[in-house]
Amino acid sequence: MARMKFVCDAERCIECNGCVTACKNEHEVPWGVNRRRVVTLNDGVPGEKSISVACMHCSDAPCMAVCPVNCFYRTDEGVVLHDKDVCIGCGYCSYACPFGAPQFPSQGTFGVRGKMDKCTFCAGGPEANGSQAEFEKYGRNRLAEGKLPACAEMCSTKALIAGDGDVVADIFRNRVLRRGKGAEVWGWGTAYGSKQAGQPGVAAPEGAKS
Amino acid sequence: MRTFIFAAALVGSIAACGERPQTNEANTRDSTAFSGTDKAFVNPGWKPGDKASWESQLKARTQYGQNDYTRMN
Repeated sequence: MARMKFVCDAERCIECNGCVTACKNEHEVPWGVNRRRVVTLNDGVPGEKSISVACMHCSDAPCMAVCPVNCFYRTDEGVVLHDKDVCIGCGYCSYACPFGAPQFPSQGTFGVRGKMDKCTFCAGGPEANGSQAEFEKYGRNRLAEGKLPACAEMCSTKALIAGDGDVVADIFRNRVLRRGKGAEVWGWGTAYGSKQAGQPGVAAPEGAKS
Repeated sequence: MRTFIFAAALVGSIAACGERPQTNEANTRDSTAFSGTDKAFVNPGWKPGDKASWESQLKARTQYGQNDYTRMN
């Protein structure tokens, strides 16, 4: 199996925030912590694009590189996870992450920054699969239940795709070929090192459906 | 009494030896996803512990759940 990846199709995202709600509900994420959020580019301008952003589980994750206590680890499926028992809440990962994924709960005493929290690709954490301790610290472990991330599975327009990198890339490629536009995948190159990152989109062929 | 005080002091002096090691090691205690959970919410169609069946089930789920072209045609 290839590694797990996220793809957000900006041509399809309608900024409904269903992914955000699904994530909050599935993992009972506390108030003030948003593991996933929808960002709109050129908001209010005709042609605006929205994308759903969370931890992309980068191939060469900068958070892992800067963590002073080495609390991050990568699973066999390429999912970047962290150990909250080791995290000291320093926030270095927050500065390093190009997607703003690391979140810090602030309900502690005097608003002190707590342990880092982020998207787990619904893969839980180092606690036993499906245990109460894992749920309370990291949320549900849907991968161990044979399921995919809740955000992608709940996406009403299927703008957000998650799963095996080869499969999701194939699904997205098929879409682009059929509609003839919208080949730009924001964050894909940054996260996974694609050579196509930042390249302008291919002009739509004549007669292509939008 | 003197023996008791000595024993208490000895226990107090070695209390720090029982602390958890503060080592800077990468986490390796996470179990694999394909090993499954003991919950009742597990998706059917694969065998927990069998990596190949877990992978093929997830690929199939990605296709029928997220590829609307295959669902329509």
